[in-house]
Amino acid sequence: MSGYSILVDTSKCTACRGCQVACKEWNQLPGTATKNTGSHENPKDLSSDTYKIVRFTEGSGAKGNAFWHFFTEQCRQCLSPGCMSEVENDEIVIDEKTGAVVYTPKTKDLNFKATVEGCPYNIPRRNPKTKVLAKCTFCNDRIKTGMLPACVKACPTGAMTFGKREEILAAAAKRVSELKKTFPKAVALNPDDVRVIYILKDDPKTYWKYASGK
Amino acid sequence: MTNHWIDIGNSDCILVMGSNAAANHPISMKWVMKAREHGAKLISVDPRFTRTSAVADYYTALRSGSDIAFLGGMINYILENKKYHKEYVANYTNAAFILGDKYDFSQGLFAGYDPKKRAYDKSLWAFKRDSKGIPQKDATLENPRTVLQLLKKHFARYTPEKVSEITGTPQEELKTVYEMYASTGTKDRAGTIMYAMGWTQHTVGVQNIRSMAIIQLLLGNIGIPGGGVNALRGESNVQGSTDHCILFHIWPGYLKTPRASSATLDDYNKKFTPKASDPLSANWWGNYPKYSVSLLKSFFGDKATKDNGFGYSWLPKLDDGQNCSWLNLFDSMYNGNIKGFFAWGQNPACSGANSNKVRKSLAKLDWLVNVNIFDNETGSFWKGPGMDPKKIKTEVFMLPCAASMEKEGSITNSGRWAQWRYKACNPPGDARPDGDILTELMLKLREMYKKEGGKFPTPILNLKWDYVNDKGEFDSHKMAKEINGYFLADVEIKGKKFKKGDLVPSFAFLKADGTTSSANWLYCNSYTGKGNMMARRNKPDPTGLGLFSEWAWCWPVNRRILYNRASVDLAGNPWNAKRPLIKWNGKKWVGDVPDGGWPPMTNKEKTKYPFIMKPEGFANVFGPGLNDGPFPEHYEPLECPVPENAMSKQFVNPTIKIFKGEMDKHFTCDPRYPIVGTTYRVTEHWQTGLMTRWQPWLVEAEPQIFVEMSEDLAKLRGITNGEKVKVTSARGEVECTAMVTTRFRPFKMGKLTVHQVGLPWCFGWVAPKDGGDSANLLTPSVGDPNTMIPETKAFMVNVQKLKGGA
Repeated sequence: MSGYSILVDTSKCTACRGCQVACKEWNQLPGTATKNTGSHENPKDLSSDTYKIVRFTEGSGAKGNAFWHFFTEQCRQCLSPGCMSEVENDEIVIDEKTGAVVYTPKTKDLNFKATVEGCPYNIPRRNPKTKVLAKCTFCNDRIKTGMLPACVKACPTGAMTFGKREEILAAAAKRVSELKKTFPKAVALNPDDVRVIYILKDDPKTYWKYASGK
Repeated sequence: MTNHWIDIGNSDCILVMGSNAAANHPISMKWVMKAREHGAKLISVDPRFTRTSAVADYYTALRSGSDIAFLGGMINYILENKKYHKEYVANYTNAAFILGDKYDFSQGLFAGYDPKKRAYDKSLWAFKRDSKGIPQKDATLENPRTVLQLLKKHFARYTPEKVSEITGTPQEELKTVYEMYASTGTKDRAGTIMYAMGWTQHTVGVQNIRSMAIIQLLLGNIGIPGGGVNALRGESNVQGSTDHCILFHIWPGYLKTPRASSATLDDYNKKFTPKASDPLSANWWGNYPKYSVSLLKSFFGDKATKDNGFGYSWLPKLDDGQNCSWLNLFDSMYNGNIKGFFAWGQNPACSGANSNKVRKSLAKLDWLVNVNIFDNETGSFWKGPGMDPKKIKTEVFMLPCAASMEKEGSITNSGRWAQWRYKACNPPGDARPDGDILTELMLKLREMYKKEGGKFPTPILNLKWDYVNDKGEFDSHKMAKEINGYFLADVEIKGKKFKKGDLVPSFAFLKADGTTSSANWLYCNSYTGKGNMMARRNKPDPTGLGLFSEWAWCWPVNRRILYNRASVDLAGNPWNAKRPLIKWNGKKWVGDVPDGGWPPMTNKEKTKYPFIMKPEGFANVFGPGLNDGPFPEHYEPLECPVPENAMSKQFVNPTIKIFKGEMDKHFTCDPRYPIVGTTYRVTEHWQTGLMTRWQPWLVEAEPQIFVEMSEDLAKLRGITNGEKVKVTSARGEVECTAMVTTRFRPFKMGKLTVHQVGLPWCFGWVAPKDGGDSANLLTPSVGDPNTMIPETKAFMVNVQKLKGGA
């Protein structure tokens, strides 16, 4: 049973943030109060109201030329989730059919600190009122009924695709080998460990500090 | 767009310049990515490294307002290195035409300039003609008075050194762009341009686009799949509203607004119907009277008769030379000459250049009707910043209207596709569709004219208005059919019989004798006896080029790529056999709807030249119709950072109108405003933000106005990233969050270092509360001499830390 995967080909991402908004829309999450602090990136972090953010990282490359990298951050839906280290009572379960890592209401009883520390990508967040933990759901409710995840559906450029895991793995390998011709550092991040597989053109650290794990 | 969105996917080289497609037309990038799958290159040229630049194969920067220099250098490169498509240029453009003896260019001015009128006598730009009146040509292109040779002479001045000094773009980077783009001059390659307001909103806006049109013609990129000159329209239906004459100088379908000197319909038709001397020119506008009479029949129905000039005399006329475009309207309003104003689906208090002047103008009105889906800075101007409600006499009416998804109708996208859409839900509360508001207004006016008389009731009383259903509601199907047009009598045309009341199948059947109506000849064929063509949703794509000819409908007559008869050689075979758009099979054209069914050019008896909308039948490399010159020439923006124009002694465009009122200050090369400023939009907000600033997810993502600036400039001004700063111009000031970025770099222009900043115009004081105000408070009210579009993309500002810090 291999379930599904999402491919995030960041070489095609233009940071339109359609995915960020679509995620809020489907999950009925509120817009939070934000301020411009000198970056287009907003909100500033994941929270129980925000399961997905486009990270904007800019700098100068080797020749002094500017780069601007976009990394649409979300739960990687690990095959062996580090966030489950504290699980004793099905607080977090894996949907056998889709592969989604599902946080149940029982996560309010989990040790939050240990759960976050267990996640290589710093994803889980806690609802300050209910104490329930929250993150990207893989749109498990959608994919089980044959729909695309909301973020994939919203992506206009083809940067995000969804499919059977083995198909996505093949597509990722093919795309990386194409990109390597122009970008020798092109890489798919941890494809053997995660379901949400990112393709980058450059060093992961130039995208987001937790792009390839802590 | 000469082409359409999907067609971008057919391109081999995509230049994004004068636009930031990834941010403002996000879905267009789907087709850019598609093109890259077959190896296409994406070039981004922008003062700032943008979301488009981030995914481009090559990026370089230029100073705002220097596009003609940049593109002029490319024209020079193409000609000098013989990268142009000679067969195309010689046969389909006016490059082989010979100019008359009076045409000249020196010191930055073309022949015929009158400094008092600030205008040209364009008769000096005429071609040399033979005894029949046909322009003389030299197919070898060698004659020194051919358009091509004069073009070469004109642009030889745009050397890499000169261009680099003006644009601030390093010479080697210019060369890279020129090489990449000029590679599309071969028959098997196509290059396209995606531009928007970054090119139009300048005092040389039209000539920016002319420069690119010349490049596209030289490279043989017009009429072919993956080519064209593609304006990315800024609103989902701006193409539709332009087609249906939202502008003052045109009637529907780009017919001309009549002038007072054309007293009769005959005068009017004579004035605007071009004559062709060459029998091989199709001269499509020769059909003008068929379209104007059919429009009048649509306006006035049975009341329009041959004897009364089909009601021509009932319509308002502009005075000769009168210009009623935006900047003039608001200047007139500011001077107290306009008493009432409908702000319908717009927000001029934020969208208008020099918004302080706009806001003060609104206070001079007696009444203002604000038709919109939300409150905005225009309707609430009287309680805005710096306003004293007690002193403002303007009475404001708010009419809530339906949003797009709350009504049925057509929407025409940038690619000229008119797509029908259905109503999703009812409008909330008292909100009503625009058509219903207009209908009630019209019927009420007519009732009042009937009862009370008035100065000139005839046009209102005679206007045909039968676009309502049984319940008295506006019926968009009835209007769509009216736009298409009807036969008004039983007639036989071209061997086909039609009955009175039949829908006209295409504009080829429209008549000038009053037996047909059409509210817009260009849309004739959109709603026919076969049904609502705009509502079609069939997906066959026999050419494989993404034309999708049975999906919706596009003008004219469902032709998906304009000037497509230039996509083939003289024998009718596609220049590029791998992308056959149309092809002559010996009897007829197959593929896209051709620009006329005449046989290819090798049939010298029956053919017509491919550029059928031009009186001579040839595309204009030399464009003698524009107000500011037949060739583009670099002039500095009205406000600029340099003391002189490096190209000539003519500093700014010599034909622009400069307003001289108290609200129209301009400072050039002034130490108080040493930084180039520009404005733009962001993905998250739409236009002035009127629709998006109420949307919590979008406000969360892009909450407040910012000003982007280089690290060097921030250092000079002692500004740190994220702190509050003030941006000022001669006309206003805006508080912003400083966004210090490596994506803006200072420009090295010869010995000068010039800084530039940019800020979005999508915010306003009404909502959200701490979002900030519009960047248009800074922009100048000066326009292009052809279109009067304001120069909001290049002006001068200063940036300072806000007193007392953030």
